Amino acid sequence: MKIHEYQAKEIFAEAKIPVSPGEIATTPMEAYEIAKKFNQPVMVKAQVHVGGRGKAGGIKYAENAEAAKILAQQILGMDLKGLTVKKVLITQAEDIISESYVGIILDRNTKKPVIMVSSSGGVDIEEVAAKTPEKIFRLYVDPIEGLKQYQARNLAYKLYRDIKQVRKAADIISKLYDVYWKVDASLVEINPLITNTGGEVIALDAKVNIDDNGLYRQPVIATMRDLDEEDPYEEEAREGSLSFVKLDGYIGCIVNGAGLAMTTMDLVKRYGGEPANFLDIGGSSNPQKVVSAMKIVLSEPKVRAILINIFGGITRCDDVANGIVIAFKELNPNVPVVVRLTGTNEKEAAKILKAVHLPTANTIDDVVKKAIELANLE
Amino acid sequence: MSIFINKKTKLIVQGITGRDGSFHAEQMKKYGTEVVAGVTPGKGGTTVVGIPVFNTMEEAVTRVKANTSVIYVPPPYAVDAIYEAVDVGIKTVVCITEGVPANDMMKVYAYIKEKGARLIGPNCPGLISPGEAKVGIMPGTIVKKGNIGVVSRSGTLTYEAIWALTLADMGQSTCIGIGGDQVIGTNFIDCLDAFEKDRSTKAIVMIGEIGGSDEETAAKFIKKHVTKPVVAFIAGQTAPPGKRMGHAGAIISGSSGTAADKIAALNKAGVPVAGSPTEIPDILKDSMKKAKQKKVSTKTKK
Repeated sequence: MKIHEYQAKEIFAEAKIPVSPGEIATTPMEAYEIAKKFNQPVMVKAQVHVGGRGKAGGIKYAENAEAAKILAQQILGMDLKGLTVKKVLITQAEDIISESYVGIILDRNTKKPVIMVSSSGGVDIEEVAAKTPEKIFRLYVDPIEGLKQYQARNLAYKLYRDIKQVRKAADIISKLYDVYWKVDASLVEINPLITNTGGEVIALDAKVNIDDNGLYRQPVIATMRDLDEEDPYEEEAREGSLSFVKLDGYIGCIVNGAGLAMTTMDLVKRYGGEPANFLDIGGSSNPQKVVSAMKIVLSEPKVRAILINIFGGITRCDDVANGIVIAFKELNPNVPVVVRLTGTNEKEAAKILKAVHLPTANTIDDVVKKAIELANLE
Repeated sequence: MSIFINKKTKLIVQGITGRDGSFHAEQMKKYGTEVVAGVTPGKGGTTVVGIPVFNTMEEAVTRVKANTSVIYVPPPYAVDAIYEAVDVGIKTVVCITEGVPANDMMKVYAYIKEKGARLIGPNCPGLISPGEAKVGIMPGTIVKKGNIGVVSRSGTLTYEAIWALTLADMGQSTCIGIGGDQVIGTNFIDCLDAFEKDRSTKAIVMIGEIGGSDEETAAKFIKKHVTKPVVAFIAGQTAPPGKRMGHAGAIISGSSGTAADKIAALNKAGVPVAGSPTEIPDILKDSMKKAKQKKVSTKTKK
């Protein structure tokens, strides 16, 4: 799950990581009031779940409250990489002396958290990694022993020479490492970590991604989910315990299991079609899941045919067949549907399916080919 | 013959009284697995399909002989269940549970390595050695005893591949699902290594998917250490970047973890990659034939 910069900064502030004071505005007038209260130049920062906001024109400097109001007017409602800006963060502007980078992610190869630091901050870190990999320093931390003070200090020395700033940065790195664990993060990032004319070290930006699997024990973080930032159908799927990702094609796919669902999409492409979505109804056999799945897939107007591909293991084919029959009664789909049910209770399923007279297929390749054929007739 | 589980497997089911635990305990028993006990705190003294239930793993291992455990407990308790099994000396732990926090798993991984235990999963279908034992949730009806080793990050996609093999009369030595999460206890190379050393395995099917770089690591390992024919399949060629495709680990981050990279790495290591799971048997037959010819020709040369 992604959260906004201002929410990440709330988490930082609570962990005593220094951030510039700031407040959220949803209207130009609110932006004006906040800037006026600060009574100094501010930054107006779009709060959307995309990277590269600055380059896209979503972050602007305002000399005074009047300017903040005008800029907020421009930025609020702006489209940033497909998402509409609904909130701006008004934060005190800093006189920046240097910009560096600190980030922590889970490293899948070593199965350890890796802390990455670079004195080249304020730019896309993937770009730094690609062009000047020698400018990024990595420390793989033993997850059981945790981060030692001297390790944080060594990393801080990669960023600063002045011992005062080294100490401050080491402290920030240690606290960031604690935040990573405390909130079940999959990524925490400060880009840039700056020093200002007053010699302070401050997190000018903040990014925190949360591991969805950890949300059950993060009630406060869970409330930070911003539904405006998510595809409504992906959201609906999540509520119904389905796993759904929207794509651009015209063949709707309903499958059990993530690997099989991906493979089904791949085969749609391979046999000349374009998949409309990834959809995994999961391992259980609740017929209602099939109904929800069908509803979500049908809501995409581009869909010209739907294929249902089930390999029954724990999922029982007869349960899925019952779900299909209910879905047909409730939703009366206006596009052809082709079904392949193999595995546990497939014979019972075939009997149930007689009620809806659907074209069927025996293999994964056939169900995909048939769906494409039917879509092309539409 | 097989890897990780066999006729000597003596299994404890952790979370045996739950809906999934009780259902699959029965399925595993029916398949012929020796299920010696179940554990659910608070349910000790009862039985599930004739299997005695204990309150703790400690009690279970003092009362019955066991060497393997399988975990069906919900995500908030799964990590503790792994520790509990490892701490009483269980050497093979299979965690079926989906939804375990990845950061917890980093600690678990370091712990099991230190203790010398093997963890399979989490978020996996478990494994089956046809005719010997089944641990997990794979349907026993689709497998056939034979000499093909199958290893996969997926569940139903694995069944698809196994079923294709069975229909082509190519039985399996062991089929293992290693799990779809970012941090899993047993990786491709652990299984490839075990299959390479297993005498009853003559060829290997490896099923990967987008996310991470385990397939690339496996490709290098195959080139260096695996003499048996390997055929691969990679799911997710049409997956968009930055989106989690069902499995927590199936995500293209930035430009890394794409199917194209994995296929290229495997091809470079001489591993053919099937375009559809149903094509696996034919490609495998071809690879096995070539391997045989190669062997014969090297022998004649000598």
